[in-house]
Amino acid sequence: MKPHHYITAIFGLIIAGAILWTALNDDAGRVFVVPTADGYVQASELDKAAGLASVSYDRTIGLWVSAMFTLFIFSFLYEDNPLYKIAESVVVGVSAAYWMVVGFWDVVIPNLLGKLSPAWVQSWASPGLTPVRDEGWFWNIVPLILGGMLLMRLFPKGNWIARWPLAFIIGTTAGIRLIGFIEADFISQITSGMKPLIAVDLQGNFDLSTSLKHIALVLSTLACLVYFFFSVEHKGVVGGVARYGIWVLMITFGAAFGMTVMGRIALLAARFEFLFKDWLGIVT
Amino acid sequence: MIDWLAKLDRRWIFLLMALSVAIPILFELKFPESPTSQAQAVFDEIESLEPGSKVLMAWDYDPASEGELGPMATMFIKHCCEKKLKMYFVSLWPVGPQMVDEGIEKVIKAEFPDLEYGVDYVNLGFKSGYEGVIKVIVTDLRELYTTDVNGTNIDQIPMCRDFKSVQDTDLIINVSAGYAGIKEWAQYAVTPYPDKIKLVGGVTGVNAPLMYPYIPQQIRGLLGAIKGAAEYEDLVVNAYVGDKPPERYTVALKRMGPQLIAHILMMVLIVVGNIVYLTQRSRAAVNN
Repeated sequence: MKPHHYITAIFGLIIAGAILWTALNDDAGRVFVVPTADGYVQASELDKAAGLASVSYDRTIGLWVSAMFTLFIFSFLYEDNPLYKIAESVVVGVSAAYWMVVGFWDVVIPNLLGKLSPAWVQSWASPGLTPVRDEGWFWNIVPLILGGMLLMRLFPKGNWIARWPLAFIIGTTAGIRLIGFIEADFISQITSGMKPLIAVDLQGNFDLSTSLKHIALVLSTLACLVYFFFSVEHKGVVGGVARYGIWVLMITFGAAFGMTVMGRIALLAARFEFLFKDWLGIVT
Repeated sequence: MIDWLAKLDRRWIFLLMALSVAIPILFELKFPESPTSQAQAVFDEIESLEPGSKVLMAWDYDPASEGELGPMATMFIKHCCEKKLKMYFVSLWPVGPQMVDEGIEKVIKAEFPDLEYGVDYVNLGFKSGYEGVIKVIVTDLRELYTTDVNGTNIDQIPMCRDFKSVQDTDLIINVSAGYAGIKEWAQYAVTPYPDKIKLVGGVTGVNAPLMYPYIPQQIRGLLGAIKGAAEYEDLVVNAYVGDKPPERYTVALKRMGPQLIAHILMMVLIVVGNIVYLTQRSRAAVNN
């Protein structure tokens, strides 16, 4: 038997077990809803106890699809397999389609067409839009033309035209980001790094812990900068300071790794909570 | 033993990790949390606002990070509702508005039904353009936001009439899963207007270490991952909820149980891995 046969067999058993479990437990594997003025919301335990809740079949199907896709993705931990590929492809396809639809309705309609021809857009797409054009509305013709030029990429003979709006996008983005980084990261970080090495508290008394913290901050910053300064050979005093800089960097990477582990475990815990609580109803 | 460990299939480690996370969830293990200075700073910043203050709630995350960021987003809304703040929700992520809706359903509609849409809170939706959006709305909101998420004209929404730009807000609360997120809000909103715009937020574990250099000048307080969320939950629950909080206000606290066990396993694995590596290296040196 090949590995994906094992995976399929395991999934068959899990699904059969889940169906059996939900058949024996009234609350498991089903989504209960209660009607409200805006539609339906998920029922609470109180609603169920009061007999107000009813099973929502479309939400129940969604629950099972969600549970199956969670397990499909987990199956990659054993080995790459067709079930994982299905889940991966669906995520990629749905995400791409969602981006396109959201981009059209949230950007193209209100921020381009809605500015060029607000009365027309108001009549069929966005009733809340003001039908009067803004002053200087004609400037929006520029992004319309650039957007059209960008679509020329789809045509083999005219795809060079798409390079012009692309150059415009890269240029403006680089300019915006450059200013942001100089102000927020370069200048502000230098300012934040200038700390008094002998700190005093509000009463004017010497503050030992804050002083030590400031000294560690300043020395560590300088040591890291020395490590990345390659015009002088890392020997002697410079080598020692650079070595301290490496230690500081390693501690930083360690802290970052620890935080990353914490993040990933939280995500895993969230999926297990979904499986145990929302799907199987094992935990309350 | 060392050779067996060196050749151990990594899938056994995956299984161990799965058990270390699953068992605390099944047995509902919980441990007390005490707030650190950053969680306290976030809490104090919101607590210092007067009722009716304007708060820009920038929800820059999607379902992929919901497990980490959802609990803190819920508590931010709860805290703002308790403080009677005016909440303006925006998002730089396409699925952000759905995350906002979930928070509104879970907290505002469930617990604060008296709060009125358009008067006490509004969802202005998603705009694409990453930091470009921030750069525009920091001086002119209407340049990009002409309607709310439902298509209602922004000028017909009572709480938006005197809201001309981000500079009119008393605080930005950002929940961020990456780019565009809290870094861009610090770069393009707070840095150019340090006296007018204040920022607090919560980020994923991956992003948290990258954001600490911005504290406290550009970011007044930061919740780092699920640990920060659990600490903030503790603060808000103690201040406003009481001894028996509803389940939705203890989600992060519950997720710290699996964290503890999984981190202990991780440390054991790192130590064992290093022992295996050093033993093999010393054996190789002896053989040579």
